[in-house]
Amino acid sequence: MKKLLFACLLSFTLFGHAATQKPAPLPTDSVMQISDTFTNQDGRDFKLSDRRGKPQLVALFYTSCKYICPLIIDSGKGIDNALTPAERKNLSILLISMDPARDTPEALMFIVNKRKLDTTRWTLSRTDEKGVRTIAALLGIRYRLLADGEFNHTSALILLDAEGRIIARTETLGSKPDPVFLATVKKTLASSTKR
Amino acid sequence: MRRLILLACFVSTASLAGGAYVRVPAGEFQSVLKYEDNKGKQKIAAFDMMKQPVTNAQFLEFVQKNPNWQRGKVPKVFAEPTHYLSHWQAPLILAANVKPNQPVTQVSWFAASAFCEAQGARLPTWNEWEYTAAADRTRRDARSDPAWRESILGWYAKPASTPIADVGKSAANIYGIQDLNGLIWEWTEDYSAMLVSADNRNQSDPDKSKFCGASALSMEDKESYAVMMRVAMLSSLEAVNSTSNLGFRCAKSLPPKQVSKK
Repeated sequence: MKKLLFACLLSFTLFGHAATQKPAPLPTDSVMQISDTFTNQDGRDFKLSDRRGKPQLVALFYTSCKYICPLIIDSGKGIDNALTPAERKNLSILLISMDPARDTPEALMFIVNKRKLDTTRWTLSRTDEKGVRTIAALLGIRYRLLADGEFNHTSALILLDAEGRIIARTETLGSKPDPVFLATVKKTLASSTKR
Repeated sequence: MRRLILLACFVSTASLAGGAYVRVPAGEFQSVLKYEDNKGKQKIAAFDMMKQPVTNAQFLEFVQKNPNWQRGKVPKVFAEPTHYLSHWQAPLILAANVKPNQPVTQVSWFAASAFCEAQGARLPTWNEWEYTAAADRTRRDARSDPAWRESILGWYAKPASTPIADVGKSAANIYGIQDLNGLIWEWTEDYSAMLVSADNRNQSDPDKSKFCGASALSMEDKESYAVMMRVAMLSSLEAVNSTSNLGFRCAKSLPPKQVSKK
């Protein structure tokens, strides 16, 4: 009984606190407005807004994916290879898992090692189910968990500017970069370093 | 005594959160959406669903407490500035023709989700919504009844300019839930997962990367086109969109304890 009352009280307290969310001075069209917490391959928590300041490529993936997801990593590497070292230094890459049930930091780290990803620029991350739904909605990615544990999903590589605004997206995946997308990446990098 | 306190807790939660919940028992259900990977009946776990859609008054209370979600303050990524709550006279004032007990509309999926989250709830999944909306007053699945189908289609025939009625005016279905059909369209948590908006199959290589995963969706049951219109409408939306007849209600999963009891 006491427990119930307590739970009841607690839920009221929680209501009260839900409202106290400090508005970050981000552009209102920035996907960094998302308040969900992400966790990287090292098990470290972060907010998307912590990544403000540099343009980045973002994509959704999951580690047990057999088909497209390896291609997503290839695509990121393809862009990397087409950039000058100076450009590369200013671009980071964030992959977010759509499979919170299985993609632990360990599972993410396994892919980092397997694909030899440079974690000073590449981040593989996870969030909870609600976080996945929200970031997918913000990025315009649709996904559905299939009976066999795979996902049916749209795939895209998305370019965010330093403030987290969506600048461009490509659905042409693979190690050979989409030329139009690549040009936009270069242009965005150029204008972000000028400032 | 125990019951009284419980009741008190429940009632005050309801008024705070705006909207009482009704228990929907577990069951098996054939969705109109037939996926290649999951053609049979869907198992639906018991859950709680709001008896009525969220009203303007309840949403007003929410934006009063959560200024981030007020018209004019909400970040553009979460709601379209020109549409979001645009029928209200001001960010914190309804309008002469916007009644407190009408269902709230012109809300984005993000805003609807945030409302539910603020009360420890979530949006219902598509399966939960369709499962509950298949019931009429006496049957849990009335879909094979032509008269029932007729009555649902009747709503589509109404001109869009007809003012939206207040919530709670329609007969409750067998679960005690109202207004699932015939009042508004409703957001679902996984509305974007239905993957019918784009042509996701019979594609040869050029489009292959757009959709990953080998599962097609088909909608074989021609008789269910009233429901399919909902699917098509929801699938055409982005989470930031809102329309003048799209609202929502919230749902809650049961704590694991209660699920195993039943």
